[in-house]
Amino acid sequence: MTSEPPVISCRNAWKIFGPDPKGYLRTMPEGHSYDQIRADGYIAGVKDVSVDVAKGEMLVIMGLSGSGKSTLVRCFSRLHDITGGTIEVEGQDIMALSENDLIELRRSKMGMVFQSFGLLPHRTVLENVAFPLEMRGQDRHARRERALEVIKLVGLEGREDYFPRELSGGQQQRVGIARSLAIEPDIWFLDEPFSALDPLIRREMQDEFLRLQDMLGKTIVFITHDFDEALRLADRIAIMKDGAIEQCDTPDQIVLNPQTAYVRKFTEDIDKARVVHAGVLAAPVNGQAPEGEPVQGDMTILQLARQLVNDTRDHLPVTAKDGTLMGVLERRKALDVLLGDQ
Amino acid sequence: MADLAVSTPARDTAATQDRVLQVLLGAALVLCLAKPVLPDFLVRLPEAWIPPLAQWLDYFFNVIVIDTLHINQLTRWFAEGPLEFLLGATANLLEGKYRWPYLDDPLPWSSIAAVAAVIGYYLGGWKMSLLAGGTFVWTAVMGQWEITMETLSVLAVAAPLGFAIGLVTGIAAWKWKSFDNAIKPLLAVMQTLPFYTYLLPAVIFFKVGPTAGAIATTIYATPPMILMTTIGLKKVPPEIVEAGKMAGSTRWQMLTRVFIPSARTEILVGVNQVIMLCLAMVVLTAFIGMPGLGGKLLAMMNSFKLGRSFEIGITIVLVAIMLDQLSKAWVVKLPEHHERGTPWYIRHKYILLAVVVFVGFFGLAQVVEYFDEVGRRQSLSVGREMDKVIKWVLDIDLIQAITGGIRYVLNVWVLIPFRNALLWIPTSAFILLMVAFAWGVGGKRPAIYAAVFFTIIAFTGWWDRSVITLYSVISAVILSMFIGIPLGIFAARSAKWSRRMLIICDTAQTFPSFIYLLPAIMLFGVSDVTVVLSIVIFTTVPLTRYTIEGLRGVPPEMTEAADMSGATKRQKLLSVQLPLAMPTMAVGFNQAIMFAFFMVIIAAFIGTQDLGQELQRTLAGTDLGKNFVLGINVSLMALTFDMALTRWAAKRKEALGLG
Repeated sequence: MTSEPPVISCRNAWKIFGPDPKGYLRTMPEGHSYDQIRADGYIAGVKDVSVDVAKGEMLVIMGLSGSGKSTLVRCFSRLHDITGGTIEVEGQDIMALSENDLIELRRSKMGMVFQSFGLLPHRTVLENVAFPLEMRGQDRHARRERALEVIKLVGLEGREDYFPRELSGGQQQRVGIARSLAIEPDIWFLDEPFSALDPLIRREMQDEFLRLQDMLGKTIVFITHDFDEALRLADRIAIMKDGAIEQCDTPDQIVLNPQTAYVRKFTEDIDKARVVHAGVLAAPVNGQAPEGEPVQGDMTILQLARQLVNDTRDHLPVTAKDGTLMGVLERRKALDVLLGDQ
Repeated sequence: MADLAVSTPARDTAATQDRVLQVLLGAALVLCLAKPVLPDFLVRLPEAWIPPLAQWLDYFFNVIVIDTLHINQLTRWFAEGPLEFLLGATANLLEGKYRWPYLDDPLPWSSIAAVAAVIGYYLGGWKMSLLAGGTFVWTAVMGQWEITMETLSVLAVAAPLGFAIGLVTGIAAWKWKSFDNAIKPLLAVMQTLPFYTYLLPAVIFFKVGPTAGAIATTIYATPPMILMTTIGLKKVPPEIVEAGKMAGSTRWQMLTRVFIPSARTEILVGVNQVIMLCLAMVVLTAFIGMPGLGGKLLAMMNSFKLGRSFEIGITIVLVAIMLDQLSKAWVVKLPEHHERGTPWYIRHKYILLAVVVFVGFFGLAQVVEYFDEVGRRQSLSVGREMDKVIKWVLDIDLIQAITGGIRYVLNVWVLIPFRNALLWIPTSAFILLMVAFAWGVGGKRPAIYAAVFFTIIAFTGWWDRSVITLYSVISAVILSMFIGIPLGIFAARSAKWSRRMLIICDTAQTFPSFIYLLPAIMLFGVSDVTVVLSIVIFTTVPLTRYTIEGLRGVPPEMTEAADMSGATKRQKLLSVQLPLAMPTMAVGFNQAIMFAFFMVIIAAFIGTQDLGQELQRTLAGTDLGKNFVLGINVSLMALTFDMALTRWAAKRKEALGLG
């Protein structure tokens, strides 16, 4: 990653639900577990979380229901006020913002997509998409122009005057996406955007989403309970359990080196060859001089499967996109990943 | 293990509860048996003990509110200023009072009927169009146009006012929890206060006639609007709220662009209730001299002109059904989109059509007098002829024998003995019995309230009249159980009959309560039985309705399980369906009791000896204090039942796991 400061920087954030969360957190003994907190009558929605999101990065927060992932993302946008710790957005402590500053931040920098879409039932597609623009007081003509532009971007042209109930689930979520993009946010929160859709549509929407992200290059925090979806989309994955982050790493590393038993359970049934890239598996050159045709570092082991099986060399050079040498791939190691007996 | 741990204390409390119940009933029985030797104050509170509540209240109203704070000047100003202006305007448009906007002629009936038909078509197609247009045509050709418009012109002011007040209060209650807690008990009392209690303050603070009528109507109709608004706003899905916040809405924007539009359905249901309650009340304002449908009906009933009464009754029913159906159609009406490039005259075709028919009939009315106003001679009223028919039918020996027989049996064998028995019970024993009832049905809290409420009633000094009121209510509700529950069970057997019966019940529930007096008076004349029977007719409706809903709401897998266990129809009904339907039926039972309390007060003008009679007398004077005390008595009795039964229904529902 670059040395640019992170867009979102979260330090020891706590979110506790209960009668007097602040007082409880102050007097709570160090290292209290989730269950101990619950025994005291409190729920730890977010438990001592520290994580950074870099500019242009897609961080996927993965966890089962009740793991605190939705709570965490709502703390980032201050839909929830955190109980302890700090959250900075572009260097600004969001808990220190006044109501007006917060509104201004959301109007100019943040967009959010919701699991069950959160569309306003009494507004047409066009009016829903234009809603954030209307909130910030843009004139009718300008917001119509912009709304039409985003509607086109998500492929809903011709449906501008429909009401949400007249659309399918996938189309409704496209409206949700268009609405979140209308203000051209720098930070894009997506809370299980595709979970309410059936599997075929979900796949299609993921492709669509990747296409958009390629075009727009936003900083994204994406929530899902679907590990496959996380692997498919993420630059980095943060796996949450009981309000805390179990592991935060690239998909390759999560699959190759799960750090807790909980994370390992998720990775067990995953076809690792589809996730792991040649570049990640490559070892430093260390004076060796691998010969012959190099393999591309950004290809997955599965994509290289045929070549790996047929090649006779023990070591293959791995190059980055621009042709520079990244390292050496040990063929046996790659085949282990491919055959699943690592 | 876990089950055991939970059930043991539960069984213990059940045992304690039974013991408390036994003690209460035993004590009541002892007090009854020992009546001859009881000290006087346990039988009836001596006069000397009764605090002069009414006088204190009068002092409060007269000296503090009126003489010191001059609240009445403010209210009078409001009544004579803005309110009278609005009422004058609607009255001028609809029935031709000379006020702003100074039309020398009211709008022609045909124009109004035509516009109503267009609105009906817009909201619900041809059927609604026919209903809306037809209702107005009926009133015009029956020669009731003017009285109908008198009623509607008050409604046209009171309903929007009730809506606005209800909406604002509802929003405040949703926004501030403490405000919500503060008005909740107030709303509960308001919804059980007899309508006479609304009328007198309205007269004192807001002048006689339409202004007082409009105010009483508005206040009476507001509580459900407040409740529906709060419910609707609370129900807005959290994601929509968050979407609104993430769009950077300010608080005002959140309220006006996110919350209120998203709560549209509930708010419109509130509008429907406001309109229906307004109609029910505006008819009743006849008792404070408000002209219109209610006034005419009251006059006709008093002079026993049953034919005309019947015709006015039909008009009231038609207006009620029309308003109910139209506002309900509005609830479910959702906006539709037009394809782009649709010309403006298609986008606005309904408004355009309304304007066209309005102007068309307006023009026609200038030429053809009949379309402007239906004269007395031209009306199709057959009231007089009907009077003769009704009198002739009632004179048939067989009918006289039947109604006379029913009257005799009910009076001599049921009603009078029951009433005397209730009056015989010493006050102290009666209070204990009510506490026992509340304890057995609802548990501790309702029992405490029952004790407090009935003790208050004893100390107001209107004990006997309260007991007579209660007697009418209880006997009527028990009688209507014998009709409503079998009817409900019968209808619930098939989906078709359930649907038909529910439609009938829903329609009947929209009728202003006044209407229910008509058949009872027709059949039984003016007597004690008539009062009870009119309540019976009125309360059978909710009982039937909720019996059907309860039985039809039994989860199908349970009835299927009963079928597969080889249960006969009877076994299935008694051991599966009825127990599971009980919580819902209890809601119906509760509603029946509330309706009965409402009706018993209205029926007072037939001539009863209960609180209603006294209440009605206060209308003639300025006894605000007495009026208020009497009203509170009715309210306290109703609340006792309401709390116990609601609590029971909720507990049962939870125990049966029927969300």
